[in-house]
Amino acid sequence: MIKHKQPDINLSPHVSDEIRKTTCYMCACRCGINVHMKNGKVTYIEGNRDHPVNRGVLCAKGSSGIMQVNAPSRLRTPLKRIGPRGSGEFEQISWDEALELATSWLKPVRETNPEKLAFFTGRDQSQSFTSFWAQAYGTPNYAAHGGFCSVNMAAGGIYTMGGAFWEFGQPDWDRTKLFMIFGVAEDHDSNPIKMGIGKIKKRGAKVIGVNPIRSGYNAVADEWIGITPGTDGLFILSLVHELLKAGKIDLNYLANFTNAAVLVNGEQNTENSGLLLRDENGKMLVIDRDTGQPAAFDHPDVKPDLAGKLQQAGVTHRTVLQHLSERYLSSDYAPENVAERCGIPASRIKRLAAELARVAFDESFEINQAWTDFRGNKHEKMIGRPVSFHSMRGVSAHSNGFQTCRALHLLQILLGSVEVPGGFRFKPPYPKPIEAHPKPHCKSTPGSPLNGPHLGFVRGPEDLILKDDGTPARIDKAFTWENPMSAHGLMHMVISNAHAGDPYPIDVLFMYMANMSWNSSMNTRGVIDMLTDKNEDGEYIIPKIIYSDAYSSEMVAYSDLILPDTTYLERHDCISLLDRPICEADGAADAIRWPVIEPDREVRGFQSVLCDLGARLSLNGFVNDDGSAKYKDYADYIVNHERRPGIGPLAGFRGKDGQNIGRGEVNPDQLQQYIDNGGFFINHIPDEATFYKPWNTAYQDWAVELGIYDSPQPYVFDIYCETLRKFQLAAEGFGERQPPDHLRERIKQTHDPLPIWYKPFEQEQVDENEYPIHALTQRPMAMYHSWGTQNAWLRQIHGRNPLYIPTKIWNDKGFEDGDWARVSSVHGEITVPVAHMAALNENTVWTWNAIGKRKGAWALDENAPEATKGFLLNHLIHELLPANGDGLRWSNSDPITGQAAWFDLKVKIEKVDAQLQTQPGFAPIKSPVGQGPKDLSWQVG
Amino acid sequence: MTDLPKQTQRKLGLVIDLDTCVGCHACVTACKGWNTENYGAPLSDKDAYGADPVGTFLNRIHSYEVQPEQGCAQTIHFPKSCLHCDDAPCVTVCPTGASYKRVEDGIVLVNEDHCIGCGLCAWACPYGAREMDQTAGVMKKCTLCVDRIYNQNLPEEDRVPACVRTCPAGARHFGDFSDPQSNVSQLIAERGSLNLMPEQNTKPVNQYLPPRPKDTWTDVDSTATTSTPVAQEPKGFLAWLDRTLDSL
Amino acid sequence: MHPAPSIIIFTVLSGLGFGLLFWLGLGIPDTKGWDAFAIYAVGFICSVVGLVASTFHLGNPQRAWRAFTQWRSSWLSREGWFAVLALMFIGLYALFIIFFENRMNVLGFIGSILCLITVFATSMIYAQMKSVPRWNHWTTCALFLLLSLAGGAILAGQSLAGLVLLILTGIAQIIVWTKGDERFTERGSTIETATQLGHIGKVRLFESPHTGTNYLLKEMVYQVGRKHAQKLRRISFVLMCIVPAVILLLLPSNLFFIAIAALLHLGGTFISRWLFFAEAEHVVGLYYGKR
Repeated sequence: MIKHKQPDINLSPHVSDEIRKTTCYMCACRCGINVHMKNGKVTYIEGNRDHPVNRGVLCAKGSSGIMQVNAPSRLRTPLKRIGPRGSGEFEQISWDEALELATSWLKPVRETNPEKLAFFTGRDQSQSFTSFWAQAYGTPNYAAHGGFCSVNMAAGGIYTMGGAFWEFGQPDWDRTKLFMIFGVAEDHDSNPIKMGIGKIKKRGAKVIGVNPIRSGYNAVADEWIGITPGTDGLFILSLVHELLKAGKIDLNYLANFTNAAVLVNGEQNTENSGLLLRDENGKMLVIDRDTGQPAAFDHPDVKPDLAGKLQQAGVTHRTVLQHLSERYLSSDYAPENVAERCGIPASRIKRLAAELARVAFDESFEINQAWTDFRGNKHEKMIGRPVSFHSMRGVSAHSNGFQTCRALHLLQILLGSVEVPGGFRFKPPYPKPIEAHPKPHCKSTPGSPLNGPHLGFVRGPEDLILKDDGTPARIDKAFTWENPMSAHGLMHMVISNAHAGDPYPIDVLFMYMANMSWNSSMNTRGVIDMLTDKNEDGEYIIPKIIYSDAYSSEMVAYSDLILPDTTYLERHDCISLLDRPICEADGAADAIRWPVIEPDREVRGFQSVLCDLGARLSLNGFVNDDGSAKYKDYADYIVNHERRPGIGPLAGFRGKDGQNIGRGEVNPDQLQQYIDNGGFFINHIPDEATFYKPWNTAYQDWAVELGIYDSPQPYVFDIYCETLRKFQLAAEGFGERQPPDHLRERIKQTHDPLPIWYKPFEQEQVDENEYPIHALTQRPMAMYHSWGTQNAWLRQIHGRNPLYIPTKIWNDKGFEDGDWARVSSVHGEITVPVAHMAALNENTVWTWNAIGKRKGAWALDENAPEATKGFLLNHLIHELLPANGDGLRWSNSDPITGQAAWFDLKVKIEKVDAQLQTQPGFAPIKSPVGQGPKDLSWQVG
Repeated sequence: MTDLPKQTQRKLGLVIDLDTCVGCHACVTACKGWNTENYGAPLSDKDAYGADPVGTFLNRIHSYEVQPEQGCAQTIHFPKSCLHCDDAPCVTVCPTGASYKRVEDGIVLVNEDHCIGCGLCAWACPYGAREMDQTAGVMKKCTLCVDRIYNQNLPEEDRVPACVRTCPAGARHFGDFSDPQSNVSQLIAERGSLNLMPEQNTKPVNQYLPPRPKDTWTDVDSTATTSTPVAQEPKGFLAWLDRTLDSL
Repeated sequence: MHPAPSIIIFTVLSGLGFGLLFWLGLGIPDTKGWDAFAIYAVGFICSVVGLVASTFHLGNPQRAWRAFTQWRSSWLSREGWFAVLALMFIGLYALFIIFFENRMNVLGFIGSILCLITVFATSMIYAQMKSVPRWNHWTTCALFLLLSLAGGAILAGQSLAGLVLLILTGIAQIIVWTKGDERFTERGSTIETATQLGHIGKVRLFESPHTGTNYLLKEMVYQVGRKHAQKLRRISFVLMCIVPAVILLLLPSNLFFIAIAALLHLGGTFISRWLFFAEAEHVVGLYYGKR
């Protein structure tokens, strides 16, 4: 016998030679990461505890970063297409050749007609830079992916309260007592919401989840409202009805901090009807409750009267709140009358309204912190309304999404729970009134820059982006009568419009990180055809396509020139206050990425390539006076570029010695100082300024000092959206710029200045008896879009996706485990595996998004489950609505913002025999990077 | 010897909060990352980019659906890794003594140099906590990050298992169950705990906090309803508004 | 449980071999010289091939010697020791018989006892598994021992003993099957006890931790169709018990018929043993919604 001894193990093994701190890029959260290195190689990635976004935690994607950085699907050299588009046949070329080729395509376009370039960036995190490049180039055709993501949410928030959810704001996690989420896809956002829910749960506070699907965050919700898709607006307005009826609204807040007390012009059928009354300085007018006289809303002594009226020339002008109460007290919004459409019992709606009111008002609390508002009134305390909300794509991606988002903000505002303790808080650079945003620009001149930034916030018909003949100036028809307030552009319409030559054909399509021939397009098959269609001369209808991506995505095969990007650990980036920063409600923050490892392939960061191309094209801002390149690479730009004097991409460590914050001259050591600081910079907001930011003098002063504004920008929330009313007026026939007749009715109906609900367009148009079922997608938390598939660890968690079917349909159709179904929409059909889910709205089916893959892409085996059992719902969704016989192309988008209406889809389902392959099947594409290794046993040692 | 120690000096383990876990799989890959690079052989992946990828993981998240008798179904995410049982059947079946329970802290470990890869311990475990690495041919299991929790090369706050450090929702807690004052003991005292498969008599150290009762607001209950309506229609509302504004 | 060929070969052949050696150790049949050599060789070949097969499923067979260290707690370790001891005693005993025509009864007797203990130890590897309720019962040991003795008796040409043992084996097998079918339920492990979520309601797996497979599912969650299993049970029973018993009862006890009976019995035992694994459900399957 050998006696067993407990072995001696080394309890303190060497962990790493060095930790390099940079920023994650596995989604748009942009968490801080510690990259552990041994022998110059990445060994382990964990969250950075000091980082404001993630405080040390990290999600499944971030923790699998090592498999992303070493993925076999990484592109290795520039590629030039030699086979037909879609074949995947390329030759490897040098960077010189690639850049010369790109220049030879781009230069003549710029010199003759810059609008023939469409430059769209997908999951770009450098939009402030890419838009700067596009503006210098001079094309009007630039946007990122917001139009098919969540522009309704962003624009709905900004037009209503000068900021929105997610990057713009956050719940007051430490104080909120009731947290309600609407249609929150599980990576928007990722770690901060999980951390917040963790805090709420720790305190035993309540979470209410409103979502047809009870997964992820909705799984931990104490109360789940399995709402019918597309009816959130109606449900919210019913809550508003109940709150008004009970008088449970924050009157002080409404009077002082919103336009609820502003007078609405009561004239009927004039060019002013429904506009807000203003004084000679253009200031909105309220009735002062002390004097009973009209006064400017921001006058120091004014007490805005919510019940005020002004009689003038036989016309009664009443306050916004009076209009509002008239509308929502209507029995149209009574719980009993919305319950069936929403799929929520009336009693539940009433109970929810009661709880919102109870927590907001009965559990109110105070913080002993004095502050001064923009009228100069001093407040001794900050009053808490501990009800908070968050919402994302589930609400946003409907054709009624913009108004639904506005309705949700209205609910928040009526409860007085925005920018107060326990409620919803903005993150710098928000709040920011609509007036502080640029308007869109489109004037392009051969050989010259555009006349201003592409994207912005229109304030009325005069700001639409139309040519002199009234036709759209942009290829995506953003800022036209079809979708006037399309603040993020409409990337999902670019290929379709370019192919149709409507409004005009283009010469070069230049895209970055956008998988348009697969999961980033509606109507995937159709888009593939558009990319490969030729004209009668045998030329491609979209003549030249340049694409930059780090990985062998499905889009690579459909491009003519590939500019291979780096992985996130091999690049410089700035997460800038000029762009989509990483701020917290308590502070302004920005961050960098830097090459913690050097690429082992012939790849270059796309932004550095743009610096190079900018110089080759002699773009303003990219060349010195002598014509030489201004920036060596993106890092050089990050440090040396100044947007306005003293304000650059990074706010930290400015000035010669790196001591300045926000404003200051260029600091050549800035990047090193960021690296030394853990890859980020944060400047905390003073205590006095932490709440009531839009109205808080201390906040406004702090923001000016930091360079967020050039002067204080206090404003009140626009419960009543005058911009919408201006478009309605135009549709009613007033004003010089007039919509085409076929759009008048739609604009009148949808551009209501107070939030409304209408049935989503696709549901209006298809026969709901034939297509009775709603179909949705969600992103799994452990996988971000398509990127996760190439990751050897993550693809084991989500390697294929079933269609989840609720109990009622499951039983009706006699489904059993292992069954398959044919799912059809008015546009197309797919044949897919099904699975049962009970915690699901009874008329809704859904699947995980972007698991399905094209054979040959992402360096996977052609028989990978992603390609045989995975599928996309995209095949069922069209970028256009079904033809209705009027001969017009109606896009499947929100009529206000152009947001792609992914979630309006209606389908029918039939059981079919089990299959070996999901349908539609696609021929394999030749992998430009071969296939990944058989087995992995990864250890640096 | 592979008999279990009669008593361990400490009882280290995890508390997993089923009321908070959102099922994000962060703990799964953080664990995979740390334990691929550290303790013993890397956690390999067979056919990593192929038709049937199968790799070794020490921690996995199941998702269950629970249908109460009344009301809607609930989704519950359920992370599962080694429970470091007091009566660990995996240890006593080991023919080589590779599997053992540490006397100091109760962590159940595999000495990979002695493991012949017979798989018997994985059979003995009712919880599926052990997976044989198909490349190294040795049994892999949660080490409770024994190479982190005492590691002098890590800052003190990082001396917790990788899964606990990374968990975004804070649903995982690490501590000493033998100390009634520890965070984990306090949590289970306060919230109660679930002991998996008690009929197997394994005496798991890891504990689960039960999900809190859900969907309790099914109906209007008089105490929570808003008080008498101030208005049924717009006119009444305006009158109320005027009155209320006067009193402000 | 995954019916791994190496383990089926190991348990069946070593069981048969040790069963034969058991009889030989008791001097049954009483053979000498080359006859003895031949029959002992059969016993040794079966046991050793079985034992060698058992190493095929090891991840690191080069360290197999370490399996001898934990005899105090591990049945696998004990099995190793007893197998070696049994083979040593019987081997020595056989040596004396074959080469010196000297029958050392004490050696043989001890060897026979060790053979039985070896088979018992093998059976305990499975019978001890609480996690596999079907196995976790004394009848598993009884069946292993009876099968070993019956097979050994057939090979040893012991018609009467063989007949009796085959009948007993048949009875044991039927008990093992029928009682085994109920044991998982009897033990009370369910997805609710596994997850402890039963207080909320009826539990079902919604999503597996991974969409593909893993070691646990490959090794411990093997699903065999009920109809298919019933058919295999009948075939195995006929081959393993009925036909050999009929041969022993009705046909002359010559080498040819013994070989036929033994081969049919062996074939039936292989099927029975395949079912022993394939039908055994591990409680871990509950976590994966497999039951």
